[in-house]
Amino acid sequence: MSAEQIIFLIVAAVTLVAGLSVVTSRNLIHSALWLILTLAGIAVFYVLLDAGFFAVIQVVVYIGAIAILFIFAVMLTRRVMQDSGSQSNSNWWLGAIIALLLFVGIVLIFINWQDFATLQPELTNSSGKLSELGLALVSPDQYVLPFELASVLLVAGMIGAIFVAGEKKR
Amino acid sequence: MNFISDPITFIANWLTNLMIGWGMSPDVINVLLKFIGAFLLGTFGFALVIFTIWLERKLYGRIQDRIGPNRVGPWGIFQTFPDMIKIFTKEYITPIGADKIVYNLAPILSVSAVLLTWAVIPFAPTIVGSDLNVGVIYLMAVGSIGALGIILAGWSSNNKYSLIGGFRAVAQVVSYEVPMILALLIPVLLGQTMGVNSLVYAQNIWFIFLSPIAAMIFFISCLAETGRAPFDLLEAESELVAGYQTEYSGLKFGMFYVGEFLHAFTISALMATLFLGGWRGPWAEQVPILGVFWFFIKAFIVYFFVVLIRISMPRLRIDQMLNFNWKFLTPLALVLLVVTAIVEKSFLLITPGMNLSETALPWIRAGIHLFANLILILITIQILKTHRVKEVRVVAKPRPVAVAPEPPASVIS
Amino acid sequence: MIPLSWYLIFAASLFCIGLYGVLVRKNAIAILLGIELMLNSVNINLIAFWRYRDPEGIAGQAFAIIVFAVAAAEVAVGLALIISIYRRRATVVADDINLMKW
Repeated sequence: MSAEQIIFLIVAAVTLVAGLSVVTSRNLIHSALWLILTLAGIAVFYVLLDAGFFAVIQVVVYIGAIAILFIFAVMLTRRVMQDSGSQSNSNWWLGAIIALLLFVGIVLIFINWQDFATLQPELTNSSGKLSELGLALVSPDQYVLPFELASVLLVAGMIGAIFVAGEKKR
Repeated sequence: MNFISDPITFIANWLTNLMIGWGMSPDVINVLLKFIGAFLLGTFGFALVIFTIWLERKLYGRIQDRIGPNRVGPWGIFQTFPDMIKIFTKEYITPIGADKIVYNLAPILSVSAVLLTWAVIPFAPTIVGSDLNVGVIYLMAVGSIGALGIILAGWSSNNKYSLIGGFRAVAQVVSYEVPMILALLIPVLLGQTMGVNSLVYAQNIWFIFLSPIAAMIFFISCLAETGRAPFDLLEAESELVAGYQTEYSGLKFGMFYVGEFLHAFTISALMATLFLGGWRGPWAEQVPILGVFWFFIKAFIVYFFVVLIRISMPRLRIDQMLNFNWKFLTPLALVLLVVTAIVEKSFLLITPGMNLSETALPWIRAGIHLFANLILILITIQILKTHRVKEVRVVAKPRPVAVAPEPPASVIS
Repeated sequence: MIPLSWYLIFAASLFCIGLYGVLVRKNAIAILLGIELMLNSVNINLIAFWRYRDPEGIAGQAFAIIVFAVAAAEVAVGLALIISIYRRRATVVADDINLMKW
């Protein structure tokens, strides 16, 4: 067991336990905090996958903005300080069965795939990756169209969110 | 390499050889050395705070025409230690109904956000905690963790004033992250790299001369992020008791306090690294210890300005602060980004055509950027002048209506 | 060394945990939390496939960046809608928002 494998197993265990606590916690603020731990664990996975840029983008976008947005939304939409009663609806056993079936189905599909257990190939040029990504996102014969559409989507989302959630002027 | 040119690697190699002699495997030694390095960096951050608090109190005293602490040690240098002992021995009072885990987690998040920033600041060409090639975005990332600590502190105290203070504090911190990020992109454009140590290598001419507007926007946004005056609505004692820190006592409050002072010094160090040339100075490349010396001189000069601004300016209201951010700083930062990108690209396109000497090229580039910035400043001042509040014109003299009529002339004489 | 199968199984389990959250929780915000878990697991999948199958290409990374942007926009609009619904109906329990049920 190399050090990398031990780190992978520890972080995977922490992230999965945090993910389970997100969906089973009774207090909604605690769910949001467990989500922050899950997102931080996923950022560590990005570092293990030699995608350091994505790790910091994950922390900035998800933990720094989306998680704070969730905490604000939870605080603005509750009438009492403590939640009461169970947070799961009455068909929770059906949901558990469906999720388990999906997991087993995905694993079965993958086991029959011959490249399932490939090891990591060596990275030849790891320092120029960032500038390559930047150039690919703005060059006309690569990915400028999805990039610009994502920008339009973000502007539309911003304006829409402000309009929908804003106070209506009398 | 020897000790003078690369002290950290020298010490690491010596320790590695020592531990291999004890029979530990190289993997474990690697991880252990990294833990030791992180621990030393964190301790260094806290040791800096002890000195910084004394410096600030002495400066306050002198500017306010009094002496400042002078009892404990020569010139009161050890004043922080009695303060620390006092805060350690205070009683922890946890409010009823507070969410215990979140209540204890919030000051830890606040302080760790500031300590994590020190991992990427280069003290010398070879003394840097972790030479990430995405260091600038890492700075933004740990800045957003601080906002998380604030909202958790405000919510978990089970106190209306803490909650309102927390909301206002997070509104301020999250709003001022936008111009900070945009102003951080300007050195990235000018230095063509995102690693902080590489940015210092690229500063043959300090970036503050290439783009003073970016330095100013970054400085103001960082002051607002920290919650320092004139943006110290977060801890305005006369307004919201103590804002989101109301229900914290003892060492938990001490952590918020230490975190705030360390944050103020951290932004001075960031300003010095990104805009004032970091460890650059005469003979800095050959002798790294001298680089540390230059770095701290520049950081303390900026810190002096931070304290000077805190002590001399009144506090802004929350709506004035947010208006200033969204209506002035963010459009200015966006326009500056576009202008800098256009100027840089056109400079790169024009210069192969002309034959200039190699040494003059950076100076010409600096001159063009400075010129573009000055034009932008003039345009901004013109736009601000047209939005100036007009003087109220006086239409008629006010008539006194409740005054007794003048006595007849015969009575006076 | 870590084989690709470990990452894929981890991403699949996180996806199924998110799916459980979406199907089972009562509060609308908790459903959005489950959706966030699913989007993150998809991202891990994309980056793992990029790293193991085509480290010299850019397609996996570009796709992952677009997923980041889409997730952020979707969370913003979703939470705005939930806050607006709370203002009108004073509830965020998903079963009670049933005016359009016939």
